Amino acid sequence: MRVGVVTFPGSLDDVDAQRAVRLAGGEPVALWHGDHDLQGVDAVILPGGFSYGDYLRCGAIARFAPVVTEVIAAAHEGLPVLGICNGFQILCESHLLPGALVRNENRKFGCLDQRVRIETADTRWTADYADGQELTIVLKNGEGSYVADEQTLDMLEAEGRVVARYAGPNPNGSLREIAGISNAAGNVVGLMPHPEHAVEALCGPGTDGLGFFTSVLRVPASAG
Amino acid sequence: MPRVVVDVMPKSEILDPQGKAVQGALPRLGFEGVTEVRQGKRFELELEGELTEERMAEVRQMAETLLSNPVIEDFSVSVADEPSGSGSQG
Repeated sequence: MRVGVVTFPGSLDDVDAQRAVRLAGGEPVALWHGDHDLQGVDAVILPGGFSYGDYLRCGAIARFAPVVTEVIAAAHEGLPVLGICNGFQILCESHLLPGALVRNENRKFGCLDQRVRIETADTRWTADYADGQELTIVLKNGEGSYVADEQTLDMLEAEGRVVARYAGPNPNGSLREIAGISNAAGNVVGLMPHPEHAVEALCGPGTDGLGFFTSVLRVPASAG
Repeated sequence: MPRVVVDVMPKSEILDPQGKAVQGALPRLGFEGVTEVRQGKRFELELEGELTEERMAEVRQMAETLLSNPVIEDFSVSVADEPSGSGSQG
C-alpha cells in the first residue's frame, strides 16, 4: 500500500512520518505541496511542523496549497487522511474536521511523552488499537488546544468521533481533553500528538505509535 | 486608492492566552487597572479602483475565507480615513 506524505515549506516531521510508514510495512511516497498530484496513493499523511511559517494562523495558508485541494477532494471520496499536529490544524482550517486549534492554555510549548487513550478503534487509522487502549506517544506543540462550540463537542461525542483523549492532566487546555477527532466517515483523522515519533524502541518513548500506520494498511471490511 | 481595514479578534468565549500574557505584564511595568486585554489582528488592504459595494462584499469574503477563521474569530470591515482631495500628491 502506498501512503503519501506531504512536504510543505516548513514541514518538520515528514521524514519521520515516511519512516513510520516504512516500518509499518507500507510504501511511503513523498508528495509536494505545490503539485496538483497525489500520485495515485492509497492514503495521505499531513505531517507536523510549521507549514508556511505558521503565518496568519497555523495551517491557514497550507489549506490552500495545490496538493491540499487534491487531498480535500479525495478525502470526500473516502481517501484515508491523517493530519498530525500541524496536519490536524490544516484539516480544521480546510473544514474537513470541525473546530480549531489555538494556543496552549499555559502558553508554553510542551514537548513530552504523553499518555493518550484511544476512544475509538473504528477509524481507518486506529483499527489496530482497542477501544480504551492507552498509549505513550510524543506531544510537542505550542498551539494544540482543541476548541469547538458545545454543540459541536456534543455531536463529536455522540457520533463516536473523539478518536483520542489525553490521559492524566490536560497538557494544553484542549476542551474535553480531546487529542484527536475524525470526520463522520472515519477516513479523516486529526491528531495533535505525534505517533510517528514512537515507532522504534531506540528513539522515542516506545513503539505505541506504530498502530496508526499499520491500521491504514488494512483493507476495510466494507471495501471487500 | 481606497484602503480597507479588516480587524480580526478572537471570539469572546475563546481563551486568549496572548492577551492574558500582555495583561499580566502591564502591572509589572507599573500600569494598573487594566481588567482585560485581548489581542487581535489588523489587516490593511489597499484596493485598485473605486470602492463599490461589490468590492466591499468581496473584502468581507476575503475576511471570511482567509483573514479570519470563523470558528474562533470575529471580524469587522471598515474603510480607512482618506486624506481629502484625492488624486493630488500635495
